[in-house]
Amino acid sequence: MAHPNRPLSPHLSIYRPQITSVLSITHRATGVALTFGALLLTYWITSATYGAETFASAQALLGSWFGRLVLLGVVFSLWFHFANGIRHLAWDAGCGLDIPTVNRTGWAVIAISLVLTLITFMAAYGAVGGN
Amino acid sequence: MEFRSDLGRVRGLGSTWMGVHHFWMQRLTGIALIPLIIWFVFAATSLAGADLATLKEWVGRHYNPVLLSLLIIAIYHHGQLGLQVVIEDYVHNEAVKTTTIILIKLGAFLLAASTVFAVLRLTFGS
Repeated sequence: MAHPNRPLSPHLSIYRPQITSVLSITHRATGVALTFGALLLTYWITSATYGAETFASAQALLGSWFGRLVLLGVVFSLWFHFANGIRHLAWDAGCGLDIPTVNRTGWAVIAISLVLTLITFMAAYGAVGGN
Repeated sequence: MEFRSDLGRVRGLGSTWMGVHHFWMQRLTGIALIPLIIWFVFAATSLAGADLATLKEWVGRHYNPVLLSLLIIAIYHHGQLGLQVVIEDYVHNEAVKTTTIILIKLGAFLLAASTVFAVLRLTFGS
């Protein structure tokens, strides 16, 4: 069955990174990162069932500079995966599949996820509330 | 017209609709997560640094426990479907691949059930 000497098609190392390929692997990477985000959600909610002190220490951990740094990564991953996921759903419906549109929506996904991340952090830790 | 490959026929591998089911559930849970994520992030930003009483008050309010439970179920269902594909793409040892996928799926069940149970406890006290 195996044909070890047959020629292989050009692989990742051959191609110049493009917006399409970079966003594709970023979608997968953010998806894997969001598994960790799900664990954080479970940690956050279950810690509350252990009483006020345990929840307070969980809140302190998530609110520390390290906690916020991790949450920054999770929140950006969330909004990127969210926006690019909608882009994927549009493709599944047969919309926006031509190259110029694919490139345009790709850059839009980057801009939208950055803006939503900023808005989320301002809402959580900015002048509006929290801290 | 024969759509199955010769190799597929020899190995006895036909369509079980599993591939379509995986594709379909990934999209379905993804669509469900669009409104749920917007709702949750909006709520979670207002709970940054909140104490337990504030959290309990929010969790138990109106439809929040239902939405929160649906969010948790959709996240873990969507997550395990995605991780399964990543494992299938990169792990080529059949035993390691199957074992890892089983652990991921059982782990997702355990974590989803535990988290939903925590929501119920916060809602109904104790």
